[in-house]
Amino acid sequence: MSQFSAWSVFWNGLSGQKGWTRQWRDSEPQTKYDVVIIGGGLHGLATAYYLAKNHDVGKIAVLEKGWIGGGNAGRNTTIVRSNYVLPGNREFYEHSLQLWEELSHELNYNVMFSQRSHVTLLHNPGAVDAVARRYNTMRLTGNNDVEMWDLERLKATIPHLNYAPSARFPITGAAVQTRAGTARHDAVIWGYARAADKLGVDIIQQCEVTGINTTQGAITRIETSRGSIETNKVGLAVAGNTSRLWQMAGLGNLPIESHKLQAFVTEPVKPLLDQVVVFGMGGAHFYMSQSDKGGMVFGGDLDWYKSYAQKGNLPVAEDVTASAISIMPCLSRLRVLRQWAGIVDMSMDGTHFICKTPLSNLYLNGGWNYGGFKATPASGWHFADLIASDRPNTLIENFDLERFARGVNIDERGAGPDPKLHG
Amino acid sequence: MLRINCPFCGTRDHNEFTYGGDGSISYPELDAPMEDWIKAVFERENICGRQTETWQHTLGCRMWLRVERDTVTHEIFSVTPADPKLAVACGDDA
Repeated sequence: MSQFSAWSVFWNGLSGQKGWTRQWRDSEPQTKYDVVIIGGGLHGLATAYYLAKNHDVGKIAVLEKGWIGGGNAGRNTTIVRSNYVLPGNREFYEHSLQLWEELSHELNYNVMFSQRSHVTLLHNPGAVDAVARRYNTMRLTGNNDVEMWDLERLKATIPHLNYAPSARFPITGAAVQTRAGTARHDAVIWGYARAADKLGVDIIQQCEVTGINTTQGAITRIETSRGSIETNKVGLAVAGNTSRLWQMAGLGNLPIESHKLQAFVTEPVKPLLDQVVVFGMGGAHFYMSQSDKGGMVFGGDLDWYKSYAQKGNLPVAEDVTASAISIMPCLSRLRVLRQWAGIVDMSMDGTHFICKTPLSNLYLNGGWNYGGFKATPASGWHFADLIASDRPNTLIENFDLERFARGVNIDERGAGPDPKLHG
Repeated sequence: MLRINCPFCGTRDHNEFTYGGDGSISYPELDAPMEDWIKAVFERENICGRQTETWQHTLGCRMWLRVERDTVTHEIFSVTPADPKLAVACGDDA
C-alpha cells in the first residue's frame, strides 16, 4: 500500500485515478495472537495502532463483529473539543486534542481536522459565571485557547443566529474554545485502520466474539464466529456493548447502562456556519456544525430510556429540530436528509474507564458517554500504554472501576449516579 | 415512539412519561456493608433483552410504574403500578 503524497494525487490525476489500491488487508483470523483487541471501532483501531507503533507486544489482532466504520464511528457528530473542567479529564482531553492536531501527518491520511472553534451560547449571568469559572480552571492547566465573547463579537462572527430580544432565551454572549472543531469521522477510522494494518495488525471483520474462556483468573482463549483464538492479552473496546462482553467473561455487573444517542444531517447548503455551535438552556441541549459536504449536522439529548436498538425515537427529533430553528431561524425550511442513532455506554458518573480488570490479562476501555469521538487518539494512546505496561499511568489512574468505592466520582455535570443524566 | 399502557390513564405516548431506570434493584438495609451499597447504587446488569424498569407518568397521573420491556425491540410486555399494594389492588398478582 502506497504512501499518500501530493505527488501521488498529482500522478493519479493524470493517470485516470487507477493507481489507488486497497487501504488495508482483509485478514483471516490466525489461531494465536499476543494481543487481541475486541472491537474494531475508533478506539479499538487507535489502540492497535499505538500498540504497534509505540510498544513491542508482538502479533496484534482487532476483532470486529460488523465492518470497519459501521458502528459508532459512523454514528456521531464528529465534534472535537477539550473544554473539560475536572482534574484528569482536563489533561486527558487536552492530550487528545494535541494528538488530533498532528493526526493527519501521523496517519498519512487526511482526517480533515478543522479547528473551526466551539461556541457555547450563553443566555444569562449565571451561565456566564459558571463558564468563566470553568474556562479559568482550564487556563490554570495551560489550555489558553478558551475565550469569553461578548454579544458584539459573537454577532460579528456568526451573524445569522437568533439575536432577537424577544427570543425565549435571548443570547447574551458565548464561551469559545478556538482550537476545538470537527473531523471527518470516516477518514479517522479508515486512517487508523490503514496505519495499523501497515504496522502488521490483523483487522478481522465479520468476526463476532461468542465466548471468552478463562482459567485461573486469566483469559486463555476467545471463541468467535470465525474460530477459536488463543491470546496472551485482551483489550475490550466495545462501547455500547461493554456489559454484554463483560458478562460473557463472567465478571458480573458494570457501572454502565447502554443508551442511544441520535444525530441528524440536513440536505447540503452553501457555507453557512464555520463553527460548532452549542445551545443548552431551559432544558434544551443542542449542538450543530456544517459538514464539508454542506449538510447541517445536528445532535441533541439521549433518547432518555435505556436501549440497545440502533434506531431513534421521534420526540427527540422534534426537540432537536425545534432547538435548531430557535437559535438559527434560517434553517427552518431545510429538509433533514438522514438520521441515525448509536448505542453509547453511559457510565454512572459520566466519565470513561481505561483500566485493569479482575482478570489479569483483560483490560477495559469503555463508558465513553457522549465523549467517545473526541477522545479517540488519547483513548488509543493510553489504552495501548496500559496493555503494554500492565499498569495505569498517572494520567489515567482514576479512570478505573473502583473509583466509586473510593468516592472519586469524576462527575463533570454533577448529575449523580444516574447514567441517563450525563448527556 | 413507545406507547405505554398506564393502568390509571390508559395508553399514552412515552413522552408523557419519565424513564426511571432499572426496576430490579433492591436497596440494602441502611446498616448493610458499604460494598452492598456500592453495588446497589453504581452497578447495573444492563440487560440486552427483556428487562424490568420504572417509569413515572409525569404528565399524567404522576404514578410510578413498573414496565417490562425488551431493550432491543422496545416491545412492552406489561405495565403495573410500582407500588406492590397498588399492583395487587389493580389485579396483578406479581
